[in-house]
Amino acid sequence: MVRRPAPRAAEPRPSPATSTRTSTGSSADTSAGTPAGASTGTYAGTPAGISAGPPADISTGAPAGISTGSPAATSASTFAELAGAVPDPELPVVTLAELGVLRRVTEPEPGRVLVELTPTYTGCPAVEAMAADIEQALREAGAAHVEVRTVLAPPWSTDDISDEGRRKLAGHGIAPPRTGARARGPVLVGLSPTRRVPGTPGRTGPPLAPCTPETDGPEGEGQQRQGQEREPVRCPHCGSAATELLSRFSSTACKALRRCTACREPFDHFKEV
Amino acid sequence: MTATVPPRALATLPLGDDALVLSHRLGEWAGHAPVLEEEVALANIALDLLGQARAVYAELAEVLGSEDEIAFLREEREFRNCQLVEQPNGDFAHTIVRQLFFSSYQQPLHAHLAPSLPLAAKAVRETAYHRDHAEQWTLRLGDGTEESHARTQRAADALWRYTGELFQPIEGLDVPWEELEEEWSATVGDVFARAGLTVPTGPRRDAWSAGAGREGVHTEPFGRMLAEMQHLHRSHPGATW
Repeated sequence: MVRRPAPRAAEPRPSPATSTRTSTGSSADTSAGTPAGASTGTYAGTPAGISAGPPADISTGAPAGISTGSPAATSASTFAELAGAVPDPELPVVTLAELGVLRRVTEPEPGRVLVELTPTYTGCPAVEAMAADIEQALREAGAAHVEVRTVLAPPWSTDDISDEGRRKLAGHGIAPPRTGARARGPVLVGLSPTRRVPGTPGRTGPPLAPCTPETDGPEGEGQQRQGQEREPVRCPHCGSAATELLSRFSSTACKALRRCTACREPFDHFKEV
Repeated sequence: MTATVPPRALATLPLGDDALVLSHRLGEWAGHAPVLEEEVALANIALDLLGQARAVYAELAEVLGSEDEIAFLREEREFRNCQLVEQPNGDFAHTIVRQLFFSSYQQPLHAHLAPSLPLAAKAVRETAYHRDHAEQWTLRLGDGTEESHARTQRAADALWRYTGELFQPIEGLDVPWEELEEEWSATVGDVFARAGLTVPTGPRRDAWSAGAGREGVHTEPFGRMLAEMQHLHRSHPGATW
């Protein structure tokens, strides 16, 4: 469609980059990726749980909190475990289960596995690679047919990243997202970190708010939240809380670029959504 | 392609077309943005929008065909995007003001649609970042040098006529349009005040304004944009890589 714009992490992946999402579907439409109708995020569908916490069906005994919801629970839970262990294609230090993007793994009939996957960001190009990797892992484990569906509701939030996932991100030099993004809901824009050289021409009004790490984005410091303290984004290298925003968009849509003013290292921050 | 389909079945099509067209326009900045961070930022915003468009088109597959067919094989008059998003990028200030005008509309629109439309519930958090990006840059440019201020004001004056169309009700979408317009005016007015810019006073409706994109009537640059966007697919039908 439009040329794929953002520079992406260039880790080699073991599986083919192009794949239809389902091994039983036709091979048409590989350029656009999604076979028609593969997405199940119908707008007529249930709004339940959109604003509330995690989906009701992510609960039972399966590893990493993945629902199996199937009569063939043993088998499905094994598949759920395998699918959950697939590494994220762009952040291979975390698994899909730790990232919280795996919604449901069921086996509606023997040998046929249905996987529901939710994207981190609507346009996340890694979804297709994830689907291909899951498919490959499950087929190697004996699943004759694998179908990976993309679901949008309820929306993924950085709150869905597990504690283990957060630890791994930090260990990899990426500041993990702060918790509480879902509860804060869609938030308004923050104050400006604009820096001005004194005496420059232009505006004549009162001075703008100074640049501080706590007023740097639409992440809770919105207009109705001005002045409210928020836990700082810590440098994943030295642990300092003295960090500043360089750019709201970094190597992928889900990350922002920050810099530590203590150790001077730039780092990615998994921004809250 | 769309002639025989009842309008309500296509209620979300304008949302998808807005996203696709603006995504393409932002993609045109690749290789041309003023600084590397902006190259990445605009590309990431474009990617979010492309994802929105694909989600809408995937839902409409039964009535309109595959995502590729919807994006690459419709004629200009079949696109339902507003005219604002199809406007050429102009200079950086022009693109930023277009972003501010559009994201200040799209973000609350998604908030209103979130209970009934999973895509909107998903995208509303992303579009908050888009709006913030546009706001920060509008403040920098409006409150920057004389040159940046003048260019930003010029962009606002030029794009103003395309903003009235945003609030024309779309059949089948349950949105309080007047309330949406009030929210938009408050947001834009607030940002402009802080940026030292003047909210334009030119016509936004009726004669001398623009805006029939939702009916498939588009401005001249859109045809050229589509020609470039669709050229590859039309020249090599079914090609993959």
